[in-house]
Amino acid sequence: MSKKESVDTRSAKSASGGKARNFSIVGTSVNKIDALSLSTGRAQFTDDFSIPNTAHIKLLYSPHAHAKIKMLDISETLKVHGVIDIIHHGNVPEIFHTTAGQGYPEPSPYDTLMFDSTMRFVGDRVAAVLAETPEIAEEALSKIKVEYEILPALLDFEKAMDDDAPKLHLEKGKGYLIGAPYFPEKNIAAKILIDVGNLEQGLSESDLTFSETFYTHYGSHAALEPNAVLSYFDERNRLVIVTSTQVPFHARRICSHLLQIPIRQIHVIKPRIGGGFGGKQEVFLEYIAGMFTLRTGRPAKIVLTREEVFISSRTRHPMRVNVQAGVQKDGTIHAIAINALMNTGAYGAHALTVLSNAGSKVLPLVNKAPHQRFNGITVYTNLPVAGAYRGYGATQGYFPLGQMMDIMARKLDIDVLDLYRKNAIRKGETSPIFQKLGEGKEGVEQFIESCGLDECIERGAHEIRWKEKRDKKIRNGAKVRGVGMACMMQGSAIPRVDMGAAYIKMNEDGSFNLQIGATDIGTGSDTILGQIAAEALSVGIDDIIVASSDTDFTPFDVGAYASSTTYLSGEAVRKCAEKVKMQILDVAAEMSHSPVESLAMKEKKVMFPGGELSFQEICHYAMYAVNQFQIQASASHFTTASPPPFAAHFAEVEIDTETGDIRVVKYVSVTDCGQPINPKLVEGQIEGAIVNGISWVLTEEYLFNEKGKMTNPNFGRYKLFSAADLPDIKTIVVQTYEPTGPYGAKSVAEIGINGPAPAIANAIFDAIGVRIHALPLTAEKIFQALKTAKK
Amino acid sequence: MKIELIINQMNKTLEVQPGETLLETLRANGYTGVKYGCGSGDCGACMVLLNGEPVNSCQVLTASVKGESVTTIEGVGTIGKPHPIQEELVKAGAIQCGFCTPGIVLSAVALLNRNPHPTDEEIKMAIDSHLCRCTGYVKIIEGIRNASKSVSAQDPEFKVPNSRHQK
Repeated sequence: MSKKESVDTRSAKSASGGKARNFSIVGTSVNKIDALSLSTGRAQFTDDFSIPNTAHIKLLYSPHAHAKIKMLDISETLKVHGVIDIIHHGNVPEIFHTTAGQGYPEPSPYDTLMFDSTMRFVGDRVAAVLAETPEIAEEALSKIKVEYEILPALLDFEKAMDDDAPKLHLEKGKGYLIGAPYFPEKNIAAKILIDVGNLEQGLSESDLTFSETFYTHYGSHAALEPNAVLSYFDERNRLVIVTSTQVPFHARRICSHLLQIPIRQIHVIKPRIGGGFGGKQEVFLEYIAGMFTLRTGRPAKIVLTREEVFISSRTRHPMRVNVQAGVQKDGTIHAIAINALMNTGAYGAHALTVLSNAGSKVLPLVNKAPHQRFNGITVYTNLPVAGAYRGYGATQGYFPLGQMMDIMARKLDIDVLDLYRKNAIRKGETSPIFQKLGEGKEGVEQFIESCGLDECIERGAHEIRWKEKRDKKIRNGAKVRGVGMACMMQGSAIPRVDMGAAYIKMNEDGSFNLQIGATDIGTGSDTILGQIAAEALSVGIDDIIVASSDTDFTPFDVGAYASSTTYLSGEAVRKCAEKVKMQILDVAAEMSHSPVESLAMKEKKVMFPGGELSFQEICHYAMYAVNQFQIQASASHFTTASPPPFAAHFAEVEIDTETGDIRVVKYVSVTDCGQPINPKLVEGQIEGAIVNGISWVLTEEYLFNEKGKMTNPNFGRYKLFSAADLPDIKTIVVQTYEPTGPYGAKSVAEIGINGPAPAIANAIFDAIGVRIHALPLTAEKIFQALKTAKK
Repeated sequence: MKIELIINQMNKTLEVQPGETLLETLRANGYTGVKYGCGSGDCGACMVLLNGEPVNSCQVLTASVKGESVTTIEGVGTIGKPHPIQEELVKAGAIQCGFCTPGIVLSAVALLNRNPHPTDEEIKMAIDSHLCRCTGYVKIIEGIRNASKSVSAQDPEFKVPNSRHQK
């Protein structure tokens, strides 16, 4: 028996996750259905579409962090040969909106205009030019004359609520459609206070109390494909928008609002997408291209440069998090509070929901504390606009929680693994936070129905050789090694908010068309949703023709965010396929004169007592023979639960005590995401998230000058991990079965990014006994901390 | 101005603007497997083989490579007959969004042409000029390693011209 098989057997017997099932295609690593076309360069991304007569868009950005446009003169620009049109605050409608691509009504403040006369960060948009070529458009930008009245800028988010701080959004009419707390006179974009029990009482009843403050930093999604949009009129004068989006249906709705044309006039197409990670959950370019097409009739294309992606698109919300905790001598956490101050930058995209996730996806991990608090405030600053980013607040919350667990365990002199074992949520349990803290509204009560965290801890500790390495400070000259770990959870979709839908029809050869709104941005969702349909219909993956994310031709889906697709859209596909299966069986029953109950479906055939019918025969009968009809069905799924995937991460680091240089030697992750639909794609999601996380934690950093301008907006100076930087990465998936998910699956796209920050920070402490409270964990900081510790 | 190039072993005469990069020229002429990712030579999405050697086409002026041999992803295997590297990357699960993949395939082709049995360290160095945000590189390295073991990677059919004089 191979090692892998022995693992599966053990998992199946464990009490943590329900029973493993026998599947034919679910649980197998079929090749990603678009992989060959991607590897041969055939697959088309937005910029690969070409429409004759396309004109090109370039944007002019504010060089000032905070300024009013006193004068905008475009007369010289219009004289440039090849310039077609210019839009700016003076000639487009003033419509407050949020660029956050969320469900309607969005739980983000309406504080943004297509073009504004006030500039709120270096990179805010002054105007856009449409020209015959990108070069002409670029040249035309330099001919736009702008006079600014420079205003004092707010560049320190910890001073945002000071009385004398510059105010960013005092204009009337801004705020939430959902009526969430909003105090622009204090630069407050969102505010949440949730209490369970009584924190102060809980702290006073605890044997030991702790309070520590941590900082997480900006981060670029760095999807390799820069944001791109192409818009044009189709032959019936409907506006077609081809866009690199994670949210095609939200993009259509938001464009309709901003362009003031009905939804029926807009057709959004999502081609292949070159990565998103949250950066393409933002709708901020589609309506500019659309506006030019509406104004000029011309196809219009915009492709951001890498520098524009850095300075003008979206980033991760930086956060200051103070954690208070009270713990008893036996290791029982009695009180815990997360006090978060979040910087949303110049506009409030996801200002409320990223904030709430720093509590709602974090506190339930240590669910047993009777006294809990989440106290969060999001503030505006004159800095780049933050938005959705893989992990979505949980990442910002697990850096502090993971270090606090380590701090408490060391103070109590117990193994941090035992502290997690004692306090972490388990199957059958709930957390009061689930109900109290939702996304922009109250949450939903839920009990955990699958949890493999104990096994994650055990196997990760074994793989990293925890007992042999922890607290050993193994030294080699000036270099010292240490190990650290952290546990984490996320969710699967937003309960009572998200919805995904699917449509399936049968073809004469026994194949099926599967149409889904779900948005494959490189994740492989087209493939795993095809696998789910294939499983239900007893066919191979080649018999499922998958088409996704076209607002004319596929049903609705919220899109690729909130770890929702596998769990939510997957269940829509499963339900839809089950309906189709029933129709096939009904036809087979009629053809074979057998009761439905006596039929069985297997390998593209229906067996009846005494014979069998092929799918081809069944479809031909339905389509051409008697009582003709199309075998087809649709289904929607919305969820009242958001079952968390769980993980334990372990890092081994080596620190050069002379230079502060840090190297991650080994990184082990063990993840429970229910039944993996496609194990290789699951591993790919985890490995991608982890390397993104390690890179963000160690080498990525937005650098600003004193005027709020990012000074390193390129991959030369914003350092992403490349292959040579990799530690030894070990990815382990433990199998549980989530009864509410499609074939036992939970989602897995985000959770992996929550681990590197706390696990590496804890490993640094294990090696050299200093604790770094602010990301990124650079050699300079470690060097300084070592120097301070020596004094 | 007109420039002659050998693209994927075909002689081409292309109209280019002064100052135009090879990336721009190739994309404008339908070789859209060559991608723009950063424009500064830092990400490898625009990688092509110039006389068999990987170069970032965003850093090359088209006029400076007159008459030379360029291989793009369109010249390396098709969906019907993929190069073994493409096949193994697919099997390894090394392709997520796939935006970086064409460039990485070309760097891997050049690697296996000069070093048919690379170590993992050599594979990492060969693709170190590429950024991939989706995969964490783990499965890309695995795919290239597997391709190096497959006999057909040595198939002369998949050899890339490496001399500027070769037609």
